[in-house]
Amino acid sequence: MYVIGERINGMFKNVRQAIEEGDKTVIQDLARSQVEAGAQSLDLNVGPAKADPVKAMLWLIDAVREVTDATLTVDSPKWDVQKEVIPQLGGEPIINSSKADPEELEQYVGLAVETNASLVALTLDRQGVPADVEKRVELGAQIGAMAMDGGLPMERLFIDPIILPVNVAQQQPEVVLKALQQLKLLSDPPPHLILGLSNVSQKCNHRTLINRIYLVMAMTAGLDAVIADPLDTELMNAVITTELLQEKAIYCDSFLDAQRMRR
Amino acid sequence: MKAAETAQKWTATINEVTIGATSAEGGTRGKTVTIGGARCIPWLAYEGNVGRRPAIAVEIWDSGAESWPEQLRNEYAEVMDDPLAWARRANELGPDLLCLKLMGTHPDMGDRSADQAADTVKAVLAAIDLPLIVWGCGVYEKDNVVLPKCCEAARGENCLFGAIEEKNYRTLVAACLADGHKVIADSPLDINIAKQLNILAHDVGFPLEDIVIFPQTSAVGYGSEYVYSILERGRLAGLGGDPLLQQPVLATVGLEAWRAKEAQAPDEALPGFGPAEERGPLWETLTATNSLQAGVDLFIMRHPRAVRDVQQALDRLCAAAAS
Repeated sequence: MYVIGERINGMFKNVRQAIEEGDKTVIQDLARSQVEAGAQSLDLNVGPAKADPVKAMLWLIDAVREVTDATLTVDSPKWDVQKEVIPQLGGEPIINSSKADPEELEQYVGLAVETNASLVALTLDRQGVPADVEKRVELGAQIGAMAMDGGLPMERLFIDPIILPVNVAQQQPEVVLKALQQLKLLSDPPPHLILGLSNVSQKCNHRTLINRIYLVMAMTAGLDAVIADPLDTELMNAVITTELLQEKAIYCDSFLDAQRMRR
Repeated sequence: MKAAETAQKWTATINEVTIGATSAEGGTRGKTVTIGGARCIPWLAYEGNVGRRPAIAVEIWDSGAESWPEQLRNEYAEVMDDPLAWARRANELGPDLLCLKLMGTHPDMGDRSADQAADTVKAVLAAIDLPLIVWGCGVYEKDNVVLPKCCEAARGENCLFGAIEEKNYRTLVAACLADGHKVIADSPLDINIAKQLNILAHDVGFPLEDIVIFPQTSAVGYGSEYVYSILERGRLAGLGGDPLLQQPVLATVGLEAWRAKEAQAPDEALPGFGPAEERGPLWETLTATNSLQAGVDLFIMRHPRAVRDVQQALDRLCAAAAS
């Protein structure tokens, strides 16, 4: 399971404040602790209301780079931010994210190919989040086809079928599971399948329980990457245990510790 | 039609473990031997580096080898009750290492003391300059007294000591750490326990890179397929990135092959099986070459002819892998 840590996000008050005040320590603590907890990549999001989002994003990147070499996921819906920031990043960053509309997607695929980046693409177009399985799969197929045409290998494509809060649209978790199963069959090798997990429990009671159970369900449907909170130990234990039960690791009595040694 | 591409890509390498220390490294060995290093399914050279040439250790006992089958006793008749003479004879076979098994310390097989055992270790190290494996008698209480003394006696020589088990690992791990030796981790035909034992050793501070695993050996005809499947499962996990299964593997092919009736039985007992003098060594040779396919990195062997034949098989195999 490829885990992208979600905690460096301007939606969180402490992160927003740190960005405003230029306080690196808060950001760096979050970077270190998430990597130690098993995140392979760190999502960076400056939050909604920044006057100069490029500058804020570059500042976040600098702060994080001082403490870890983990892959960075640049989280912004703004093309201007992505096209400015991604070419400045070394390594193999992840662009998060593009929608499925052809004009927009083509630009993003081009940027990913040019910069050796990976790309998260949402099964979402101008009409919004699809309500059903079929439209999600149709948009997923469109994304896969455009990535292939543009020269982006499937190993660097993450398709996100978008999970909505269970208290808003209760049929959606099941719809997304079915979409995941079908998206896995798109190509061989298949693209990565990813979700922004915490959205499923937005404004719900027992959030961590909902997140944990749904992640296990989604993994069994083919999810192989997630944007989530790695500091939720029980969530990470659930990931390890699911992979164990899927025979992705050899059992031993200390399997939780053993799996953490691999990171 | 072009054949489909079947080579797999592996992300990890089996650990390299070096046994022995020359004077430059603080010991007195004439050379060191390094095993491991594979980055492919055993011998599939088109997938990646096949790693180091597997090493052969010739097994000698401090005492008690009267119990060995007749054919082996014949080979070592004049030297079996003198570990130094036996070590010299074994050295003449041109092995990579010696394996000194301290069966004489077993309470039922002579009950030699820790000091006596340590003296034997010292004397063998002084007489022969090959890297040395030292293996206890397998009775926990006795090993836990004997092996630390032997570790101390061999300090600086970077020996390979055996063996830790899931129920008895702390004492030997601590002694090997203190005196700078490598360790054999013995698990009973169970890859889960092989992995668990490694994490237990790691948790008390022993480097995973200094462990050679011993998930047991079976002779041809006595479950070698099952052992193969266990070794294969571990090796695939190791190559796939599991640091708790990236240890090189040891096999006691001499011990196991010579337990088999096909190896031991005299001609009159097994008519039609061919002469015992060929059958026995051949059983040991085939047990070794068979387990090469499972990725075994270190063989503990007994019969001189089997040692010679496996060396020759390795010559051919390594030359083919390199070409």
